[in-house]
Amino acid sequence: MSSDSVLFDAPGPRARLRHGVLTGIGVLLVVAGAWVVYRKMSEAGQLDPALWTPFVTDPAVWSEYLLPGFWETIKAAAASVVLAGVYGLVFGMGRLSHVRAVRWVSGVVVEFFRSVPVLLMMVFLFFGYFATATWLPNQYAPMAAVVVGLTLYNGSVIAELVRSGVHSLPAGQAEAGLSIGLSPGQTLRSIQLPQALRAMLPALVGQLVVVLKDTALGTVVLYPELLTAAKTLGSAYANTLQAYIVAAAVFVLVNYALTVLAGRVERWLARRGRSAGGPRTAAVPVETVPTADATSSGAR
Amino acid sequence: MGDIIGNYDILGAFWVTIQLSVLSALGALVVGTVLAVFRVSPVRVLRALGAFYVNVLRNTPLTLLMVFSILGMSIILGLQLSEDQARDSYWWAVIMLSVYHAAFVCEAIRSGVNTIPAGQAEAARSIGLTFGQSMREVLLPQAFRGAIAPLGSTLIALIKNTTVAAVILGTAEAAGLLAQITENEGASLPTFFVFALGFVVLTLPIGLAVTSLSRRLAVKR
Repeated sequence: MSSDSVLFDAPGPRARLRHGVLTGIGVLLVVAGAWVVYRKMSEAGQLDPALWTPFVTDPAVWSEYLLPGFWETIKAAAASVVLAGVYGLVFGMGRLSHVRAVRWVSGVVVEFFRSVPVLLMMVFLFFGYFATATWLPNQYAPMAAVVVGLTLYNGSVIAELVRSGVHSLPAGQAEAGLSIGLSPGQTLRSIQLPQALRAMLPALVGQLVVVLKDTALGTVVLYPELLTAAKTLGSAYANTLQAYIVAAAVFVLVNYALTVLAGRVERWLARRGRSAGGPRTAAVPVETVPTADATSSGAR
Repeated sequence: MGDIIGNYDILGAFWVTIQLSVLSALGALVVGTVLAVFRVSPVRVLRALGAFYVNVLRNTPLTLLMVFSILGMSIILGLQLSEDQARDSYWWAVIMLSVYHAAFVCEAIRSGVNTIPAGQAEAARSIGLTFGQSMREVLLPQAFRGAIAPLGSTLIALIKNTTVAAVILGTAEAAGLLAQITENEGASLPTFFVFALGFVVLTLPIGLAVTSLSRRLAVKR
C-alpha cells in the first residue's frame, strides 16, 4: 500500500483512537451486510442444506455440468487469445506503418471494433452468419461467433497495446536502428517490437481476464460455457441461485489467479530491467507501460 | 433498410441506452469513490473490505451478475424493485451496471492516487500544510488528473456494457432492439452497421475528449 505513506502521516494517539473507531464501524458494516444476506436467503429458504450439498456430495454436478462448461469457457478463451494476439500484432504494426494508407485503414478497423459492444458482434455473427453458414457444422456455430467476436474486440485492444508499447520506447531506439542502416520495417520488427512486447506482457495477461469473463456472453448465442452450464445445472437440481453462486466463485478464483500472475510478471520485469543493467532491458521504462490502460479496459 | 428505420424506434432504443449509461455512471461514480476512499484509508478493515469488493466484482462476468439479479434477486429472493416487470429489470440493470463498474471506478481513482510521488506529500507537510490543506491543495488535484484517463475508459466500457442488460434482462435498449429486428426481419449487415455506428457515435467523442483532457491536464513530472 504505497498510498498509505503518501496520504497519511504516521498516526499519533488521537489518530489511532479514530482509526479504532473506524475499524469498529467497518466491522459493523461487514457484519450488517452479512446479516442482511443471511436473512434474505433464509427467508426465501435458500439456505436449505439440500440445495447446497450436491456441490460436495454429487460428483455429477461437476463432471456432467460445471467442468464441461468450464472446459468450453477455457477453449473459447484460449482460441480467442491466440487469434487476438495475431490480429493485434498485425494491426498494431499496421498502425505503426510508414505507409499512410495502411496506417489509416488499420486505424479505422481498430477504432471501429474497439467501440462496438462485443455482444452486438456476437449476436450479429451468430444469427447473421455462422448459424446459416453451410460450410460450418451447426454445433460449432455458437463457438465460432464467440471466438470471432472476442478476437475482433480483444485483438483491437492488443493492437492499441502494441502501438502504445512502441511509442513508450525512447526515440533513440528507433534512431539507432535506422542509423545502422536497417529499414523502418526492420527497425520495427527487430528493435522496437521485441522490447514493446516484453513491456506489455503484464497488460496481455490482464487482457486474458477480460477474455475469460466475456466468454460468458456466449450464453446469449447458446454456447454451452460455464454460465450456460450453471443455468442447466440450476434447473436440473432446482438450485438456480446456488449454481450461479458456485459458477461466480469459479470465475472469481480463476480470474483472481490471473490478476495475481499479471502483477507477478510486472514485478519480475521491473526487477529484471533494473538488475540486468544492460542498455536493452534498462531502456524499457516499465513504469510507463500501459498497465493502467489494461486494468481499466478490463471493464469490458 | 428504409422500412426498418421507419418501423422500429431506433433512436428511442438508443435513448434508453443513454439513460442506462448516465444513471449507472452516476451510481458507479458514487459507489466507486466511497470504495476508493476505503481502499486508501489508513484503517485496515475498510481497506480489506474495499479490496474484497473490487476483487470479487472485477473478476465476475457482468453477464453472470445480470442473470443473477433477475433470476436470483428478483424472482427467487423476491427483491422486486417495481411491480411492473419491465421497470424492475430496468432498475436491476442500473444497479448491476453501477455495482460492477464501481470496482473499476475505484481502481481508476486509486491508480490516480498512486501516481503521486511520495515526495509531494512530504513536501506539503514540510512546508507546514495541515492534513486538510495538503489534501486539498496538493494531493487530490494531482490524483484526479491522474484518474481522468482510466475513468474515461471505464465510462466507455459502461456504455458498451449496457447491451448486456438488454439481452439478459430484456431491457428495451439498442442491443435488445437489434435482437428483435434480427428475429423479425432476419440479420442484415446494414442493420448491424446502423447499430454499430450508433455506439461509435456514443463512445468515440468521449474517447477523444478524455485523451485530450488527460493530456492537457497531465501533471508534468
